[in-house]
Amino acid sequence: MFRGAGMLGLGGAVWGSAAVKLKASELTLRPPGALEDDDFVKACIRCGTCVEACPYDTLKLATLDDHTAPGTPYFKPRSVPCYMCPDVPCLPVCPSGALDVKRMPKLIDGIKTEEPDINRAKMGIAMVDQESCLAYWGIQCDACYRACPLMGEAITLEFKRNERTGKHAFLEPVVHRDICTRCGLCEHACVTEKAAIFVLPLKIATGEVGEHYIKGWDKADEDRLKNLKEAETKKSSPEDVLNDWENLFDDD
Amino acid sequence: MMTSIIKKNRYLILRRALQIGLLVLFGGANWWGWKFLMGNYSSAYVLESFYLADPHAVLQSFAAGFIMSTDAIVGGLIVLGFYALLAGRSFCSWVCPINMITDLATWMREKLNLNSEEGSARLDRKTRYWIFGLGLILSALVGVAAFEVVNPITMLHRGIIFGFGMGWTLVVAVFLFDLLVVEHGWCGHLCPLGAFYSLSSQFALIKVKHDADNCTLCMKCKEVCHEEPVLHFIGEKSGFIKGACSNCGRCIEVCDDDALKFSVFNYKK
Repeated sequence: MFRGAGMLGLGGAVWGSAAVKLKASELTLRPPGALEDDDFVKACIRCGTCVEACPYDTLKLATLDDHTAPGTPYFKPRSVPCYMCPDVPCLPVCPSGALDVKRMPKLIDGIKTEEPDINRAKMGIAMVDQESCLAYWGIQCDACYRACPLMGEAITLEFKRNERTGKHAFLEPVVHRDICTRCGLCEHACVTEKAAIFVLPLKIATGEVGEHYIKGWDKADEDRLKNLKEAETKKSSPEDVLNDWENLFDDD
Repeated sequence: MMTSIIKKNRYLILRRALQIGLLVLFGGANWWGWKFLMGNYSSAYVLESFYLADPHAVLQSFAAGFIMSTDAIVGGLIVLGFYALLAGRSFCSWVCPINMITDLATWMREKLNLNSEEGSARLDRKTRYWIFGLGLILSALVGVAAFEVVNPITMLHRGIIFGFGMGWTLVVAVFLFDLLVVEHGWCGHLCPLGAFYSLSSQFALIKVKHDADNCTLCMKCKEVCHEEPVLHFIGEKSGFIKGACSNCGRCIEVCDDDALKFSVFNYKK
């Protein structure tokens, strides 16, 4: 009896740690409409129907050696990017709700519909490594800019004077986070040996400022101050606090 | 001669035909774009009109804290209803692809004379029910369908349909475990999916019926049975085979006395 319980505990510990390891997928790019990664891994039933529905073989089903939850769909834009099908065939076939239209609804007059809008997908974020980007060297290359399905919106070219030559311009690609769908067509098109523009999952590639910073120059942000309550501070004297033995052992 | 071989293996032939046929239909969807059966055994999109789903996977996701969409829940209920009310635990021997791997291990055990007393470690057949429960607890603790991330069954069918990667290692592990460690080790002792189906299908309609009056006590059925304890009353009294029986039909094929056959469960008795 004790032996059985012990074996069960042993098995559970090994199994549990394997499960923790095997669900880790922060670095994975998911199909359009995918839930946030923790929820996605919970929700995905691992059937591969989205993979079969993808007409470009963009989506693959992870195996044990893909550094993401086995059986879940992912894509690597440097090999095959997402070609942004207007009808998003991979999304509606999902039986489990791991791919959800509500993550990218088509807006008609600002009202959300039940249809997906591929231009509102947020699969990751495109980042430019300025050190290895030819355009930042001063060599004219706009491969990513032209490959972008939202050319001139998601990636714009910023013109700057090239002081080195004195007579040329830099045409620097700049990604606009709110518009970029992270399809990876830019990464696919990039001419450098290892792509200088590449897509990363949002969670990995973005920081967070924290609520206590407020943009004083932004009216809406400044208004957040109005709802703030003053933090409660203790009114007791320092001597009282030092002699308060009760509080010394208080976990709070 | 030929007909008697076929007759002696009639359920085996049907089971393999169904198992391989389903794999071909699933594979055809990925390789050639067939629309009969898209997806895999975890969830299948049938004729582009409705879904089937693995109820155990839906349950694990629920334990992990996610309620799946209606498509998957209804799909899971259809499958669960089919086995629980009608077909019994027949998923395991008629549909599940890993059954072909473990049957191969059983067959090789016999050929290699590995069936001696010391050739098989002892393991309680109830272990699978504990693993089934443990899987649900771990799903809740870790926040992911715990069995699905290590499931050798899904590794096998996903491997065949979509490509193996290193998934074949788990399949080989199951094969070697059955071959060298415990006879009928995976399907008969460990698999939580089998545990789930045998728990849920106790009152299914299709069951093997034993007729003790015809029985000559040859005990061939007990030799071929992969869930031998379910045959504990053979020769003593007539009745329906219950418990972990997976309706594979081996005992029926081997019986020369017409003492075992598929029948419809009688709830009154």
